[in-house]
Amino acid sequence: MDREVAIIGGSMTKFGQRDAWIRELLAQAGEACLTDAGVEPDAVDHVYVSNMASGEFEGQTGIMNAVAHDLGLLPAYSQRIDQTSSSGGAGMYAAWQSIKSGASDMTLLVGGEKMTHKGTGGATDIIASITHPAEYKHGVTLPSFAGMTARHYLEKFDAPRDSLAKVAVKNHENGTRNPKAQFQKTITEEKALESPTIADPLRLYDFCPITDGSSALMFCPVEVAEQYTDDYAVVSGVGGATDTHVVHERDDPTTMGGVVDSGEEAYEMAGIGPDDIDVAELHDMFTILEFLQMEGLDFADQGEAWKHAEEGRTAIDGDRPINTSGGLKSKGHPLGASGVAQGYEIYEQLVGEAGERQVDAETGLACNVGGFGNCVITTIMEGR
Amino acid sequence: MSMDAIRCPNGHVKYPTHPRCPECGEEPVETIDLSDRTGEVVTWTESTATPPGVREPNVLAFVEFEVDGAPVRALGQVADNADVETGDEVEPVYAEELREPGVGLKPADADQEWDGFQFRPLD
Repeated sequence: MDREVAIIGGSMTKFGQRDAWIRELLAQAGEACLTDAGVEPDAVDHVYVSNMASGEFEGQTGIMNAVAHDLGLLPAYSQRIDQTSSSGGAGMYAAWQSIKSGASDMTLLVGGEKMTHKGTGGATDIIASITHPAEYKHGVTLPSFAGMTARHYLEKFDAPRDSLAKVAVKNHENGTRNPKAQFQKTITEEKALESPTIADPLRLYDFCPITDGSSALMFCPVEVAEQYTDDYAVVSGVGGATDTHVVHERDDPTTMGGVVDSGEEAYEMAGIGPDDIDVAELHDMFTILEFLQMEGLDFADQGEAWKHAEEGRTAIDGDRPINTSGGLKSKGHPLGASGVAQGYEIYEQLVGEAGERQVDAETGLACNVGGFGNCVITTIMEGR
Repeated sequence: MSMDAIRCPNGHVKYPTHPRCPECGEEPVETIDLSDRTGEVVTWTESTATPPGVREPNVLAFVEFEVDGAPVRALGQVADNADVETGDEVEPVYAEELREPGVGLKPADADQEWDGFQFRPLD
């Protein structure tokens, strides 16, 4: 069966510190997505729930069952998708497969995570549990991998430290235009460069916050989409790839192999290249990752992405805006929700619903990174 | 205790050990102890926000060893949080407890060693 896969609606809850627990967050985004798409619950054949660690965070497992029941989707097939920080992207991949294969004619994808009640130390430890035991015993955290990678990048390519601060400033600026973002304030380069050191040379403003939130998207075949709406997006390319579990085993610390491989797969499927991408959401869990993904996806030559940031080319009024949503940096990073929320931002940009953040875009890309580049999903979407 | 790396028939050396060579999928033919060699700091960080049971601050480094011309890297704590720079030569030194067992998410008796090798800069 050769079907084109459409996205006909989406939603996200307010990201930030929320009173709601995981079931309520997922239900809020799921319900809002049904409403936005104009789809009745009984039309949903499959529901995928992207989430990394509800069991570890709040002792609640089986959340795909909860979502299907709470939203009246029974007896739809339900599945929880965990691919750590790229669970949302992996959910996009699963939802796309379900429609493409003909297994489903209407698939709801909901991603979410409830994290803030664990505090920074507790949340950091849960996230660090993805590492290999040979790494974990040294007390390594994802931020410390970012620190080591950033130092190597700056030394190898003679890039100025300020260029990383420019990523944070840009994404905070974009976040002020996103009412759902965790942070609604601009920051200055000076403030970013003077903030407390977290993993030298990276400082507080190089890191995304810990966040509660949920986001959802509705997938169906193009023929079905046209019964619901005139404006929809098509998933024209998707690729997924896995890199080493042990981060130090990679040949080049400044290359994310999963980004390169998943990007190539997505470009090939879509039949386009990096120059055709008008807008992108990249996984800026740490500022340095925006550069590594720009280079891995061939938006910039290796060692050159920092120049794009310096020249303002990635700003919302630049030649290829990156992270118009505010990115993980400003919008927040509720693990399982983030990849879905990236897809939601691209969807909104392509159907002209991005409000104050709207840019002129026909084709968009989302790159969702799990772990420290351990698992990556790249998705390309086109507006119709 | 040893700091075991594997070597596969194609000459790839990897640390830590794996059932198959991550690079070519071949079964390893040899175990190599890195603990009596010296290596070079590839990059490092001083982490000042550490999880429960981990020293704060925590200086960490990627270190590259060479085994018969093949590079192999390892991550480890820097002993006594000593000052290091990229390119410094370091030696592995055994530490009984790298972080407090059972304080974080993993139980003390999990698939997890708590001792291992830190890196000490050579003068």
